[in-house]
Amino acid sequence: MRINKFRLMTYPYIGWIIVMIVVPMLLIGLYAFTVPGNDVASVKFSLDNFARFATDAVFLKVVGKSLWIAFLTTVVCILLGYPIAYIISKAKGNKSMILILLLTLPTWINMLVRTYAWMGILQEGGVFSSICAFFGFEGVSLLYTDFAVTLGMVYNFLPFMILQIHTSLAKMDNSLLEAASDLGANRVQSFLRVTLPLSLPGVVSGITLVFLPAVSSFFIPKLLGGGQYVLVGNVIESQFLTAGDWHFGSAISLIMAIIIIISMWLTRKIDVQPKKEN
Amino acid sequence: MNKTSKFWSIFSKTMMGLTLLFFYLPILYIIIFSFNGSKSLTRLDGFSLQWYEKMFADPVMMSSIGYTIAIALIATAVSTILGTFTAIGLSKSGKILRSSVERVNELPVMNPDIVTGISLLMLFSALAVSKGFMTMLLAHIMFCTPFVILSVMPKLRTLDPNLTDAALDLGATPFQAMTKVIIPQIKPSIIAGALIAFTMSFDDFVISYFVTGNGVQNISILVYTMSKRINPSINALSTLVIVIITISLIAVNLIPLIKRKAFDKEK
Repeated sequence: MRINKFRLMTYPYIGWIIVMIVVPMLLIGLYAFTVPGNDVASVKFSLDNFARFATDAVFLKVVGKSLWIAFLTTVVCILLGYPIAYIISKAKGNKSMILILLLTLPTWINMLVRTYAWMGILQEGGVFSSICAFFGFEGVSLLYTDFAVTLGMVYNFLPFMILQIHTSLAKMDNSLLEAASDLGANRVQSFLRVTLPLSLPGVVSGITLVFLPAVSSFFIPKLLGGGQYVLVGNVIESQFLTAGDWHFGSAISLIMAIIIIISMWLTRKIDVQPKKEN
Repeated sequence: MNKTSKFWSIFSKTMMGLTLLFFYLPILYIIIFSFNGSKSLTRLDGFSLQWYEKMFADPVMMSSIGYTIAIALIATAVSTILGTFTAIGLSKSGKILRSSVERVNELPVMNPDIVTGISLLMLFSALAVSKGFMTMLLAHIMFCTPFVILSVMPKLRTLDPNLTDAALDLGATPFQAMTKVIIPQIKPSIIAGALIAFTMSFDDFVISYFVTGNGVQNISILVYTMSKRINPSINALSTLVIVIITISLIAVNLIPLIKRKAFDKEK
């Protein structure tokens, strides 16, 4: 009886999420599987939108490029993020907490504002090209290149990678390393055999947190890649805001959402497994 | 051994220094150039406050600041209350209800913002709601509330249910049990959830961009549309954003410290 009274408190939110989360997701599904008719009644079921995935050469090129840039971003984030997280986890006492705080502070500030700042830095005559000029390379402009887009993504998503790897490194039991060295392993061996395998779940969840937003990002390519630079996110944006084919835009979004939810679910499984063994 | 540890110390210091430089360079860049004397985004020509003057004189920029703050405050208040109530209700509900609400609740967190944005865009057009302040506010409440629930839920799980039961047995109404027993215990997580909601709303670009209309722009949308032309007032506006976020972060982190100190002194 009394429990029911508390349960009543969930009803407003249940109504809210049905209207604001469930129905909108169903709308994406509805649009993805239909083609436009002359009026609402003549809308019919179709797989044309998905067929366009395999046949539209221009779009396939965009998908390829998005995957490539996201892949590059992820690789750079692992290569940079792992040593950084490792250094932080080895720092003594308060120092590691302060370092984490310093790294997370900028992420609280608007992504768009921070990405916009890179436009000035990478422009011809900006900080970056001044440094190049100092070394004898005049008039270098990196803005509106693949490099700029990848840099912008690394800048925005690297903190996620560092935090994920750091959490799994910090959780690690130090006595395992002592045991390894007692048993005759040198530093490199104990890193490769003990630290690295134990931190892999962190790397995997870091990958999902970097790769997925990198694939769907649309303002980073727009600002740092220029108006002509098109990734999947930009295609979705233009389908909804300019080109007007909501059906095709929904199909792309649906596929993206499904891939993301499946990979999140898989990483969670990987993350949970070691705990079960204990 | 000593050689390697010395090498390690130099390596780690350089690496951390470069990392921090990388993360703070754009922020410093914006702040410095917001005081620039000329229109250039690459060359410094003395100190001036002209971009701030231009910003404060620009009605579009000022209204975007107003919209951003108003939406962030209302969305934070609504989502904190809604999220806290729902989380408490869920913690006292059956497993099926709880896990199904939690699943749906995670969708906006996991989905890319662009998917959430277009899904809401389609909802608002299906309902023939004209896009503007109201739709942006509803969207912000929609994506902020899950973060409040996610922040409050773990703490609720650790609470002793006997305390609530005791309060109810002693004659408290469920509402009293909630405000006098449950909420005081989970206050830190409610505040943490509210802070996440505020910054999420304040910083949001992608979702806002798809659900707005009728000239209602928040700061992010304004920066996005203005970035196509050189306009150093964006630097002034961005500096303002940096200051607001930094102050609110400091306030949230410092207030509990100060309170604790005052409390210790009283003792």
